[in-house]
Amino acid sequence: MKTPAGPRRKLTFDRVSLVVVFLGIPVALYLLFVLYPFTQAAWYSLTSWSGFTATQEFVGLDNYVKLARDGLFLEAVGNSLVLLLVVPALTLVLSFALACLLTFGGSSTGAVRGLAGASFYRVVSFFPYVVPAIVVGIIFGRVYDPSAGLVNGVLTGVGLDRFTDFAWLGDPSTAMAATIAVIVWSFVGFYMVLFVAAIRGIPAEVFEAARLDGAGRFRTAVSVAVPGIAGSLRTAYVYLGIFALDAFVFLAALNPDGGPGNSTLVITQQIFTTAFKEGRFGLACAMGVLLAVLTFLFTGIVFGAGRVLARRGERTGPRGVRP
Amino acid sequence: MSAVTERALAPRAAAPTRRGPSGERAVAVGSHTVLGIWSLLVLLPFAWTLVSSFKTTREIFASPFSLPQEWRFENYVNAWRTAGIGSYFLNSVVVVVCALALTMVMGAMSAYVLARFSFRGRTVLRYLVVAGLTFPVFLAVVPLFFILRQVGVLNTLPGLILSYATYAYPFTVFFLMSFFEELPGEVAEAASIDGASEWRTFFQVMLPMAGPGLAAVAILNFVGLWNQYLLPVVLNSDRDNYVLTQGLGAFASSSGYDVDFGALFAGAVMTILPVLVVYLVFQRRLQGAVAAGGLK
Repeated sequence: MKTPAGPRRKLTFDRVSLVVVFLGIPVALYLLFVLYPFTQAAWYSLTSWSGFTATQEFVGLDNYVKLARDGLFLEAVGNSLVLLLVVPALTLVLSFALACLLTFGGSSTGAVRGLAGASFYRVVSFFPYVVPAIVVGIIFGRVYDPSAGLVNGVLTGVGLDRFTDFAWLGDPSTAMAATIAVIVWSFVGFYMVLFVAAIRGIPAEVFEAARLDGAGRFRTAVSVAVPGIAGSLRTAYVYLGIFALDAFVFLAALNPDGGPGNSTLVITQQIFTTAFKEGRFGLACAMGVLLAVLTFLFTGIVFGAGRVLARRGERTGPRGVRP
Repeated sequence: MSAVTERALAPRAAAPTRRGPSGERAVAVGSHTVLGIWSLLVLLPFAWTLVSSFKTTREIFASPFSLPQEWRFENYVNAWRTAGIGSYFLNSVVVVVCALALTMVMGAMSAYVLARFSFRGRTVLRYLVVAGLTFPVFLAVVPLFFILRQVGVLNTLPGLILSYATYAYPFTVFFLMSFFEELPGEVAEAASIDGASEWRTFFQVMLPMAGPGLAAVAILNFVGLWNQYLLPVVLNSDRDNYVLTQGLGAFASSSGYDVDFGALFAGAVMTILPVLVVYLVFQRRLQGAVAAGGLK
């Protein structure tokens, strides 16, 4: 195996010492603090360890059986799946739409042009991404406050009096939707910036061709921009999905106890409670393993589906672009 | 107001694909309207937070929209002293600066070797490092808790620094490998012909050349580490060692019904301010780094 840098060179003390120090120390720390804990979690999940005994009693798959019958945990899994389905979909649609407005929403009489002042919108939209998630959660906890919050203030201000004391986060029917809105709000700008860069990477001639064919902006977005940035969309989908399965910080800030009737309780909150409040570390690790399995399944499905779609595209030729 | 609405609705009326110049302008106005509303949705909660941070709790509850009767800085003083934001702030600075330095040094060194040296097991190591990006951190935190306790750094700032740095390490290596791969080999060869050792070549020649990449990763890492919440909450339960995000979270939830809301808003503003400054200074570079990193 050869590096792009050139052929294998002589083993001198200088060279060997560099490799050993540069790679050895960081990798040792990385193995100890990152990779070793992951493998340990798998082992702990097969024990009934509380975290306080010296030895761990091996119980096989007992923890997993327990979880399969644990109604509260299953509720948490259900809520996590809701987040997994809704958060990426909403975020991607919204950020893609805004990215399209920025890149070809400007007035033009020939070439497709971007919007004047686009950089202002980009800077503003990206802002929530750099604000700590816990602060976003705390701020929105206040924004949703029934009597002194921004949302109800605006709604009653425009005359919708029935929202005077409506508890968005305290009502089982709206708690999850309100939470999802916050998460989506905080991520749209980030993916918008990503998609603007991706759309700019599509060759201008492709846009020109679509325009000459009489495609309007909406058609251009669907038939040119979407296939043109398919790779970025898929990567973004995976990131967002993995994030939605975690989402601990937002939920901890908005509804630390799992929301009304456990309507916003998610897996990660259950792991945290089970491990550090109830001291059932073995069981918590089993939950962690299930979360990892869920993450890998999701990633596998997205990449697998992407590959199948790409293959079908090869057979029938790219749609929307003239051969 | 009505003029704006009229113009915003105009493109729908002029729906056909070929538009005259006025139709084109209407599209732009429509785009600006949508993006303007979105910007308002983004900015309004922050503006509201800023204004509320100067109000008393009584004022906040009396009318959520009015400006404070007088602009008071007491909330900031209270948050800084009573709620401990001041010491949390200091802890955050110490932890983030040290962890950032550590992860940048380790990441740059490893990425350099993995990108430009050939040796047995290199591919395995590359996969091993990148694998760290895909696992859910939640799976690792329970055992990590015990490892830190065994090493004797649980609930200490050094323990937190080590955890921050090692969890930021895979991303840093992943991002920097491509930068080192793209550096021209001739420069390194020239340095070696001039008699420079491998070590010297790295620190004096290759590292400076990878400057733009290092800066991009450093900014991304700064934002990520400053905003970290899970690791401190799990690994750092000593109140004196709280970092900013953790301290603010505890402040928001602990005091129950008699939270000093003015101080809470002030604490939120103080937590946002450092990242906001870094962001506004480096926004071009940060957005560029996000775009470059996300498309790979």
